[in-house]
Amino acid sequence: MVVNSRFFNRSELIGFIVLAAVLFVILPLSLDVFRLNLVAKYLTYAFVAIGLVLCWGYGGILSLGQGVFFGLGGYCMAMFLKLEASSVENTKIQSTPGIPDFMDWNQITSLPLFWQPFHSLSFTILAIILVPGLFALIIGTAMFKRRVGGTYFAIITQAVAAILTILIVGQQGYTGGINGMTDLRTLKGWDIRPDHAKVILYFVEVVLLFACIGIAQFIRLTKLGRILVAMREQEDRVRFSGYSVANFKIFAFCMAAIFAAIGGAMFALNVGFMSPSFVGIVPSIEMVIYTAVGGRMSIFGAVWGSILVNFAKTSLSESFPQLWLFGLGALFIAVVLAFPNGLSGIWADYVQPRIDRLFASRKPKSAAWTDDSVADGAPAE
Amino acid sequence: MSDETNKGLLSPLRRKLLMGMAAVPAITMLPRASFAQTPATSAVNTTGLAVTDTEVTVGILHSATGTMAISETGSIEAEKLAIEQINAMGGVLGRKIKFIQEDGASDWPTFAEKAKKLLVNDKVAAIMGCWTSASRKAVLPVMEQYNGMLYYPTFYEGLEQSKNVIYTGQEATQQILAGLNWIAKEKGAKSFFFIGSDYIWPRTSNKIARKHVENVLKGKVVGEEYYPLGNTQFNSVINKIKLTKPDVIFTDVVGGSNVAFYKQLKAAGIDLSKQALLTISVTEDEIDGIGGENIAGAYACMKYFQSLDNPNNKTFVPAFKKLWGEKTVIGDVTQAAYLGPWLWKLTVEKAGSFDVDKIAAASPGVEFKGAPEGYVRIHENHHLWSKTRVGRAKLDGQFELIYETADLVEPDPFPKGYQ
Repeated sequence: MVVNSRFFNRSELIGFIVLAAVLFVILPLSLDVFRLNLVAKYLTYAFVAIGLVLCWGYGGILSLGQGVFFGLGGYCMAMFLKLEASSVENTKIQSTPGIPDFMDWNQITSLPLFWQPFHSLSFTILAIILVPGLFALIIGTAMFKRRVGGTYFAIITQAVAAILTILIVGQQGYTGGINGMTDLRTLKGWDIRPDHAKVILYFVEVVLLFACIGIAQFIRLTKLGRILVAMREQEDRVRFSGYSVANFKIFAFCMAAIFAAIGGAMFALNVGFMSPSFVGIVPSIEMVIYTAVGGRMSIFGAVWGSILVNFAKTSLSESFPQLWLFGLGALFIAVVLAFPNGLSGIWADYVQPRIDRLFASRKPKSAAWTDDSVADGAPAE
Repeated sequence: MSDETNKGLLSPLRRKLLMGMAAVPAITMLPRASFAQTPATSAVNTTGLAVTDTEVTVGILHSATGTMAISETGSIEAEKLAIEQINAMGGVLGRKIKFIQEDGASDWPTFAEKAKKLLVNDKVAAIMGCWTSASRKAVLPVMEQYNGMLYYPTFYEGLEQSKNVIYTGQEATQQILAGLNWIAKEKGAKSFFFIGSDYIWPRTSNKIARKHVENVLKGKVVGEEYYPLGNTQFNSVINKIKLTKPDVIFTDVVGGSNVAFYKQLKAAGIDLSKQALLTISVTEDEIDGIGGENIAGAYACMKYFQSLDNPNNKTFVPAFKKLWGEKTVIGDVTQAAYLGPWLWKLTVEKAGSFDVDKIAAASPGVEFKGAPEGYVRIHENHHLWSKTRVGRAKLDGQFELIYETADLVEPDPFPKGYQ
């Protein structure tokens, strides 16, 4: 595969440096642990948003069911943590000690078979990647091989989100039902609840986030990324050129699912909690909104979108407990109407030209070729 | 609204200012000592809560938006009324109560996040809040980790007890057993049909009810069905009821599903004046949506009805309506929410301190004689001793009191023989 000679062009490099500075230095220094933990929660959605940039922004596959993968990753992690929190001595008050509390409430007297492997952390980490990955592979194969796409695909992903929510809520003896899995305490004996643990988890998450950004950027720059864009613009031409469109779509969808699952697992660790309210249709659509607000063509934009929308959510709801939802709705409408390319569009249209002019005034304009002209082209749908 | 909402935004700044103020006690304490009623802040607040010489801050954490808002609004109103009344009487230990309201948005993780914000950021002395079991389960680890104090108003499934929670509603055995005994005796009921929403509270309640029916009343459960939250199609279960002809339909269907359930019952020709139905989930609030004509004749089993005839309730109901409008109705949970700030005030005064550890220790034995439901007392297990009552729904949406237990019923969150 041919990788562009430079990993980041100039504007991306600025975006990278700004984001790294903010996440690694500015926020940890300026926020107290409580707010930092909130940022960690916002960033778990950034993983989903990066996945959506690949699969929706570049591949043109709109998935309204990313909550499914976020939830699967989160539940895998939560199952491991819950088992560790349900040691015999922590649960001696129950009729059957040693199993999670919600099982005891539902008259289950022994740990179900599919829970057993989650005693092992290495299995859990594998499961976080593989379970959502395989699930996406199955959905993707079933859909894309039959050339189901566009709106129909979006509707089906939404149905999957609804089905999984109903399944989790209905099987409360095995999943904790609508309450979810609460009271997660330790990871291999290391307490995840105190402040210093929250700070460590924050940095772990930011490092993982940058790893995902790196992978996404790599995919974008390879020939694979070009094929994704080509597919979005003219699917038939790509197919007639001899490429297997379905396989590329499946790949993009699986990557998005795996990113979302990593976000979900980090969510369970940071928040100490997992519930079906992250799996359903509404959270899945919200995740698409984060991407849209940030700019679906921009990896960094998606991260900013997740942070800013969630920050607005928190601060609006703290200030106006009864009216905040209206404010948030107005914000979405305003952004989408006025700036269809989201925050990154604002950056590219208003901020970037000024920076360019600044550089241009210092030295004669170089002939550096950027791929913006291709990547930021008008989306197909 | 804007008055209290700004506090959340300004809180870090305000807290710093307040800390600054607290740091000059030498000046403020001397003249204060001559007034004698207000104990020094340093003495009543040793853990850095948001308590000043004139104010103490508490949190209100309910869903003001989302599907649960319809149920939780009553609780918010009751808590604000109680706080207003306490302030009018001079506050707690000479300090006026100030509250910060946060919105749980019918979303359990949001509840946890906001509870943490109230405890860590705002340092509130207590939180009045939560409604559904799911929200309480989400908030509980936060309360325990940061050592907060939660006053939880809803009747719930039990199987829980925490140093950091006072449960002002009834737990399942307290609510259910007396009602079942009454209906078995009064109606000679032998066969029961259970219908519930599918989550932990109805399932646990029905488990307890089933054990009681089978082991104590020597009756039979002829059917047990669950429907997802928000379900609106009850025709199949109504057909089963018609086939099995139970003596009693026992329901714990919650929220909006109730509207469909009772309308469909009526449409199917089941007349509640002839077919006994005992519900533990329909309060005056729900009847507002169901419509009195659809549910008239049904029995409800809980601890409070708006129509209770006692002196406390006769002052409570008009005060509530004066503040929140003539048309508002007051259900069981709303009344239990009203108890929260009062019990907290009485406990703080008993402990002589705002410290959470001291309040947790002082809570058992605290009694509130002014409760609209009548006298209540906090048990060792942080639940309330309270009476259980059976009411019959009337056309106007109110309940007519049919039966009440002679004595207070002991709360028993971990009932032996019922698990």
